[in-house]
Amino acid sequence: MPTRAAVAIVATAIAVVLLFSFKTPAQARPRTPAADVQATPTPSASPSPTDSSAPTPTPSPTGPTYKDGQYTGQDFPNQFGDTQVKITISGGRITDVQAVQLPFDRPRSAEISQYASPLLHDEVLQAQSAQIDSLSGATYTSDAYAQSVQSALDQAHG
Amino acid sequence: MVEAVTRRVRVEQIMGTAISIDLRDADVDGESIETAFAWLRQVDARFSPYKPASEISRLGRGELILDQCHADVAEVLSLCEDLRRETDGVFNAWRCRNDGRLDPSGVVKGWAVERAAELIETAGAHNFCINAGGDIVARGKPEPGRDWRIGIRHPRDGSLLAAVVQVTDRAVATSGNYERGDHITDARTGVPNRELRSLTVAGPSLTLADAYATAGFAMGLDGVAWVTARPGYAAYAVTVDDRVRYSDAFKGLLVSGTGR
Repeated sequence: MPTRAAVAIVATAIAVVLLFSFKTPAQARPRTPAADVQATPTPSASPSPTDSSAPTPTPSPTGPTYKDGQYTGQDFPNQFGDTQVKITISGGRITDVQAVQLPFDRPRSAEISQYASPLLHDEVLQAQSAQIDSLSGATYTSDAYAQSVQSALDQAHG
Repeated sequence: MVEAVTRRVRVEQIMGTAISIDLRDADVDGESIETAFAWLRQVDARFSPYKPASEISRLGRGELILDQCHADVAEVLSLCEDLRRETDGVFNAWRCRNDGRLDPSGVVKGWAVERAAELIETAGAHNFCINAGGDIVARGKPEPGRDWRIGIRHPRDGSLLAAVVQVTDRAVATSGNYERGDHITDARTGVPNRELRSLTVAGPSLTLADAYATAGFAMGLDGVAWVTARPGYAAYAVTVDDRVRYSDAFKGLLVSGTGR
């Protein structure tokens, strides 16, 4: 039942995206192959965040497969306001999860749509290997420049 | 055979930071870079609140009246007044220093770099990038067939990027407290807002992108929506609890990193 399965994934994705507390990679290893999102496509109808680390029963020996496409969950009220989760499935696996922030309840909010998501380990990039032309950041002092990635970029010509 | 792209880069220490100009047009005289730096040094001498002999310092001490200053001073102060109104007083050049002295620094750098870009364009360049301490004007393309790739520094680790955006003919400015501490405050209260680690703003003008990033950072979480409501400007924030929040328009610029 692809539709029901998708609903379950969306519910799980909400739990994963909103209830997990991902820490930034500053103290962790960057580029950890953390399957934060793919790891828990459990078909249970109402996943609880406390259950998510427990082994999940698999209904069929081959594991669940899902119909390719994009699915949007129901509104999910949370500390940042109402949020919806949109997931993308391709090849039977979840390939993308996005929390779409709905407009704030304030003036001029009609045209303002924001996205909110955790700064995931595996989406952070090593500056040296990202092939960028320039670096934007809080203003560094003349002294700090010498140690900066921008300094390396400026020297890497000719 | 792929022809190597000409890349001329010059860096100078001005306005308390490093400013680099990266010129990609092979057929443009490198003298245009020198002209731009001469302009930036002149602005620093005139506007620095840290130089006792600058016009801004003398104006602040009452030794000069506005009419005795260079016309650029009136232009910058007029910009400061526009921004004070637009931010409901969060940005206030007359109230951002403890000693109450005039300090238009929140506007001067972006404004000066944008004018420097105009000088380089006047010399015939179409493809170049100026990076003034992390605030950027990117014009044209770095090489045929692709736009400028700008990394956004991870606020907790200078060797990492939170995201990469792809832009042409756009300014990108970031405010944060990770380089120089809690120096950005709401001018109405004098208190720093600690909800964000950094706020990046992209848009057509560096003068406004830079000022919006500073004011929006001082507003905290509300600053993301505030910047997003400015026509033509897009915002991307990293919050203290290590989440990212960004506007629809910013999503369209992201090529990798969180939110891809």
